[in-house]
Amino acid sequence: MDFGLSEEQTLLQDSVNRFLEAEAPLTRVREFAEQQTSDDVWEGLASLGVAGLTIGESAGGVGLTAFDAALVSESLGYHTTPSPYVGSAVIAPMALTRSGHEEHPLLGDLAAGTATVGLALNEAVAARADAGINGNGEILNGKALYVHDFGAANYLVADQDQRLYLVDAGAHGLARQPLANIDQTRVSGALEFRDTPATCLSDDADLLATLIDVGRVMLAADSLGAAQCMLDQAVAYAKEREQFNRPIASFQAVKHMCAEMAAALEPCRAMVWYAAHAIDAAPDEIRVTACHTKAHTSEVATFVAKTATEVHGGMGFTDLVGLHYWFKRIGYNRQMLGAPELIREEAALAQGL
Amino acid sequence: MDLSYGPEYDAFRDEVRSFLTARGADAPQDRAKPSENTRAWQRTLIEHGYAARTIPKEYGGYGAEPDILKSRIIAEEFAQARVNRGLGGQGIAMLVPTLLEVGTEEQRQQFIPPTLTGEMTWCQGYSEPGAGSDLASLRTSAVLDGDEWVINGQKIWTSTAHIADWMFALVRTEPEAPKHQGISFLLLRMDTPGIEVRPLVDMTGTANFNEVFFTDVRVPKGQIVGNRGEGWQVANAILRHERDSLGDPNATLTRLNALTELMKTETMGGQRLIDHPTYRDRLMRIQGRVMAMRFNDMRILSSNINKSGDTALARMVVKLQGTELRHDLEALGIDVMGELGLGYGKDNPYVRDGGSWQFHYMFYLGLIIGGGTSQIQKNIISERGLGMPKEPKLPATR
Repeated sequence: MDFGLSEEQTLLQDSVNRFLEAEAPLTRVREFAEQQTSDDVWEGLASLGVAGLTIGESAGGVGLTAFDAALVSESLGYHTTPSPYVGSAVIAPMALTRSGHEEHPLLGDLAAGTATVGLALNEAVAARADAGINGNGEILNGKALYVHDFGAANYLVADQDQRLYLVDAGAHGLARQPLANIDQTRVSGALEFRDTPATCLSDDADLLATLIDVGRVMLAADSLGAAQCMLDQAVAYAKEREQFNRPIASFQAVKHMCAEMAAALEPCRAMVWYAAHAIDAAPDEIRVTACHTKAHTSEVATFVAKTATEVHGGMGFTDLVGLHYWFKRIGYNRQMLGAPELIREEAALAQGL
Repeated sequence: MDLSYGPEYDAFRDEVRSFLTARGADAPQDRAKPSENTRAWQRTLIEHGYAARTIPKEYGGYGAEPDILKSRIIAEEFAQARVNRGLGGQGIAMLVPTLLEVGTEEQRQQFIPPTLTGEMTWCQGYSEPGAGSDLASLRTSAVLDGDEWVINGQKIWTSTAHIADWMFALVRTEPEAPKHQGISFLLLRMDTPGIEVRPLVDMTGTANFNEVFFTDVRVPKGQIVGNRGEGWQVANAILRHERDSLGDPNATLTRLNALTELMKTETMGGQRLIDHPTYRDRLMRIQGRVMAMRFNDMRILSSNINKSGDTALARMVVKLQGTELRHDLEALGIDVMGELGLGYGKDNPYVRDGGSWQFHYMFYLGLIIGGGTSQIQKNIISERGLGMPKEPKLPATR
């Protein structure tokens, strides 16, 4: 019995962390927030093998598991790294291989980091009044909102019958409208389809549900990393900042805020590990664990985001310290692919309650 | 990540199951108070290695090598079958491991065998009215007079003092020494003249605890465990053990299942409680929290087995998170029942689950406070887990 990370997994996470510390510090995140491009960071990650992490070796990838992918997601969250990771390196490869498209040429380009895939899947979770996709297996009509990794060259889109499509960003009849969102480390937008031709990858509703659940686990891991970084920053700041002639870290009021963050967050680590492990090892459990993991980790991360900001006092509120990038990243993860109340209901239904 | 236990352990699990199938029906319901029935069941369990498993044979145990997974399997299977796991209590849980670690050979021979079989029962005399979170400031004194310690003072929160045969106690033997170095660990008979036990009724309406008063209580000199002045270290080794056992997520899971069952069967206005969207969401929130603590527990278990992984913080949070979670879970059991949730006591025909939701709601508030309060837990987490400094000490006021 072994519940934990293997040596290889620890090394993987260490190497991604080292790269991001060196190549994607906060100054780089700020540049991205202004220009909305991070091609060089993604190139660097691709050269580390991150782009092809879950893609088989025959297609030029590394052939690792969804569990490994969640560990990388955690690292990206810790550094609030802008990257097309979840769609391009995790969901799209899984969508292609699990729908019988193991030979699809896109896989090689994804592994090389030269192709990217955005996710237009929110409508498959719960379509808003002015959105929703109608498809017939070949042609799409309708609108998708807050598409994840909007800047990608391809999109995964789901229709009203849980069919899954791959659409070229330049496809005929596709109108793209960027949408500013609170998290400047992520690019969002709306897609409007008017008789847009699309490649139907799958009509398997279970596969679509699984892909959404995998996305939820990746977002939960991202929030885990982002919240851990906020806690680390809060503790470091409290040890340094002096008021009343002593570090504020010596005041119980401040210590208890930090202890409450750590106490809530640390169990999320085991939860994210298990949910990520279950993707490959316990498919029957994915539904419930993915929903609970994203909902619970989002609640905890939201609490950490607020509390860690408060520990920083007025500086936490400024752009100068930049804590808000993590705060907003956690906020973004919470809303995407199903907010907590919605997916807790999914968890209840999946248990037959 | 490999969550299988392996063939050796699967075989062991089958063995435990066969035992439970064959003998489970013999188990008495009562666990707390040793009666002839519970003692007979305890002897059966020891004989088969399901109680006192790793205690050496020479002291009346089963004598197995410590094996964390086998112990876990026993716990899982007994819980699953809802079969009495044998005697618990502070003698078995805390005193026996202490004696094995620091007791003399004579003390082990004298105390361990009857404790394991329930012939000798124990209470723990640690807390005092003036020594709660700051336990090391305790003042109950023991002065050596010839061959005897003479004890004066008072203990409080002493569960089972009214039925225990013996007490293990922390007393101050070196009044001039710094507070942590002036304490000794003594064993004393509860029928010694000068001991008075008064039940302490708590908010649940039950006397779960007692006060114990000592007036010139004389105890043989040899009934000290460890050296004079080293009682704090002796006690600390097992206090940590107590903290680990509070907030066990597997016990919480059993309650969560009971709550889910309650919400599926109980109705209001013809609607099942589980179909009410707000109650339903609250249940799901609790379920998510229970899940997180269970995976945290698996991570700790794995680290214990494999001696790997940095789980210091994961351990430190269990008591704080586990007791708060359990309290919240019990609160939901009351809330979902509205006015029906008020029911308490045995004679009320409308009370549900024997009033256990109200009882545990209050009892777990007690456990949030007891065994190191939530605030003390937060000090531990921030200081030992996050490396934050201690609060500067004020000059002593007395």
